[in-house]
Amino acid sequence: MRAVQKTMNPMPLLLTAPLVLFMLAFYAVPVVSMLMRSVSDPTWTVANYAALPDDPVFLKVFWNTLVTSLIVTVGTLLMGYPVALALVRAPKWAPVILILILLPFWTSVLVRSYAWMVLLGRHGLINESLLAAGLLDRPLRILNTPLATQIAMTHILLPYMILPIANALRQIDPSLARAASGLGASPFATFRQVTLPLSMPGVAAGMLLVFVLALGFYITPAMVGGPREITLSMLISQQVDQLNWAYAATLSAVLLATALGLIAVCYRLPGIRSAFRMNAR
Amino acid sequence: MTANRILPAIAVGLILLFLAFPILVVVIVSFSSATYLTFPPPAFGLKWYAAYFGSADWLRPTWLSLWVAGAVVILSTTLGTLAAIGIARLPRALRLPVTGLILSPLIVPVIVVAIGIYYAFSRYGLVGSPFGMVLAHTCLAVPFVVTSVSASLAGIDPRLEQAALSLGATPRATFFQVTLPLIRPGVLVGALFAFISSFDELVVSLFLSGSGAVTLPRRMWDDLRFQIDPTIAAVSTLTVALTVLLMAGAHLLRRRSEQVRTTASSSAP
Repeated sequence: MRAVQKTMNPMPLLLTAPLVLFMLAFYAVPVVSMLMRSVSDPTWTVANYAALPDDPVFLKVFWNTLVTSLIVTVGTLLMGYPVALALVRAPKWAPVILILILLPFWTSVLVRSYAWMVLLGRHGLINESLLAAGLLDRPLRILNTPLATQIAMTHILLPYMILPIANALRQIDPSLARAASGLGASPFATFRQVTLPLSMPGVAAGMLLVFVLALGFYITPAMVGGPREITLSMLISQQVDQLNWAYAATLSAVLLATALGLIAVCYRLPGIRSAFRMNAR
Repeated sequence: MTANRILPAIAVGLILLFLAFPILVVVIVSFSSATYLTFPPPAFGLKWYAAYFGSADWLRPTWLSLWVAGAVVILSTTLGTLAAIGIARLPRALRLPVTGLILSPLIVPVIVVAIGIYYAFSRYGLVGSPFGMVLAHTCLAVPFVVTSVSASLAGIDPRLEQAALSLGATPRATFFQVTLPLIRPGVLVGALFAFISSFDELVVSLFLSGSGAVTLPRRMWDDLRFQIDPTIAAVSTLTVALTVLLMAGAHLLRRRSEQVRTTASSSAP
């Protein structure tokens, strides 16, 4: 500490301090004091956490949140990988592809969720076209079901999968694939044995990003999802509306710990950090 | 061989359609002349734009959102730029916790941030106040400014600042005449991101709006609970147009600063 004081110029501290104090006062202290309600309400206790494993509401909602996030992660991976490959492999089309990715990416989550209400509603575009084509007798119920949440969230999170994978694909030395095909490997074998393994850091980064973001989704499931299949964020919001702060704080701590825990574990994977770097919006 | 190339191309085309189509539908519906939501529209018109611009219930939240986002830009860009410059020169032991604190809103689920801020602000009477909204949105906007300015700073050749200092410029003059012009694109990009992050923010606004600080996304949310008439499509189209314009600006700005940097470094030796 003394060595630091001796050599340290006070200027960096003076420049950083206003923002740090601002963030402590209006963000960190509020969030931490709210989370403290989970262990200080009614008195100092861990009872709020101890009750969770026997709480059917929590278990159902937490399970639903994890399953939704997993489905969305797999969905974005299956749809995102081919697009990332096209973005890197077809330079002639890359500007068009990039615009089609960025246009929805830059649109607010609220507007994109609304778009899915328009498409999936009882009298929405999809039902009306299927009815007009004679493929249906009466409209399908898609809006306000888990499927609607999964479709809309896959749409919203797809760019977060595409960008890290494209980034990893771009870093692969093209001479490796040339060498493989020069040695007689078929295009598919080259892809499976060279390109795919080398793109794994990007895949891991994209999956982590999408899964963690999906865990905290609130707007989309509230707008297009089912009334019974709620997510952890929605349960937290409901508890706050009922001023049930101890329970809301406990659920918030679980949500936060799940997100941070996943990030901490995955950050140990090789290569994932460099795959992430490009991705800070 | 051609089938090998055409099938993947069709698959990618369909996925891109899935990405862009929903937003195009909203834009098309906004120009509908129908009095209810239907697709394709029977005829086109500007009816729903007229409804939006003629309604104080819509314009008041729009002005509030623009006002809040403007204040957030000033506050977050000032605090964030100063901090980014400071962080780059902090000793390592301090740099980690400080950047952790400042960037954490990017990974902490926004519902946790929102109810934490609501919990504290309701005690200080900051719920339903535009001022409280500015404070909360600034915390969420600051990471974008700090990452953008830090990236600009990392690209500066330190010899430029050293040269200015050794030629007798004061640290103050060095900052305003050398450092600041070099990081200006990064500051501008950060400011644009900050504006959009506040203008589009909904989750914190759901808790903090009260009746006195209803932002545009909050007003849209309330409307969607009861009806989905095409006014929302018109409002959505306008906000999409604004954000796409600003983001495209940020994108071009960032690209140009990268080009400037590569030409500067290639001509340096």
